[in-house]
Amino acid sequence: MIYRKKSTDAPAGEGALRVRGAQPSDLEQVIEIDAGITGLRKAAYWSEIMQRYGSGRRQRFFLVADSGGRIEGFVIGEVRDWEFGSPPCGWVFAISVRPDARLAGVGARLLEAISASFRKLGVSKLRTMLSRDNNLILSFFRSQGMMAAPFIPLEKDLD
Amino acid sequence: MRLQKNTLLALYSVLEFAANPERQVAASEIARKYRVSPHHLAKVLRTLGRAGLVGAVRGVGGGYRFAGNAKRLTLMDVIELFEDISAPRRAPAKGARRRTEAGASAAPHEVEEALGVVLAEIDEIAKATFRSITLATMLKLVERRRNRDG
Repeated sequence: MIYRKKSTDAPAGEGALRVRGAQPSDLEQVIEIDAGITGLRKAAYWSEIMQRYGSGRRQRFFLVADSGGRIEGFVIGEVRDWEFGSPPCGWVFAISVRPDARLAGVGARLLEAISASFRKLGVSKLRTMLSRDNNLILSFFRSQGMMAAPFIPLEKDLD
Repeated sequence: MRLQKNTLLALYSVLEFAANPERQVAASEIARKYRVSPHHLAKVLRTLGRAGLVGAVRGVGGGYRFAGNAKRLTLMDVIELFEDISAPRRAPAKGARRRTEAGASAAPHEVEEALGVVLAEIDEIAKATFRSITLATMLKLVERRRNRDG
């Protein structure tokens, strides 16, 4: 089953924005968006992500918000099965929107599209994890109705 | 992070105003709703007014009106007006910082410091939560819970 081929057309009044599966030709714009936000141009990393998530693999999704050929943002996630005893759930591990395209519902459209893809695989829970200092994205996920999950991330320095 | 009564009252009030930004809400209406004294509420509203979050409308039918941006204003923005969130936890008592020999039981300051690390961890999570929730998000949460329960 390939959901990546499907696209979500914008409702009337929201311009020509549509959410579709990422194609290799989108990679340069994705790298540019990420570099503009993080300050790091990670071409090799994004090439690998495209290979792993952008080729119609079951349970993996790499979606872009396309406005007349301009990529306004992207979202990447996958269904993870029985991680730490949790029933299969949809994980979003990256979402980005061009700074000049924010506050226009692009992020919400991307999240809704990937959520729809997860739902089609029978998943009923969406999860993500991010730095607690990342207030912008934390606020975005909160605005989409996400709440604290029953997990606590832990870490330690490996000596 | 335990919020003081004034802080909670400020959050209730600002959410009331933000839910009806076009409407002037009388302080007495909020005081009745949350069962607090109008005098107590007035002090809270003055602080919110000075911060530019609410505006007072004088005269007959007057009251307060929301003056902020619900999509931008976070719970932490309100909390910070009433709480000193940067206040460090109590330092160990003077003279308590004696070196402990290996194998000896932990000195009081060592236990206090270790516990302080855990409590600071909890505080940081609480602060991040308050910083990430805008008034608009909070109002949506209220609405969702109302729909779920109703």
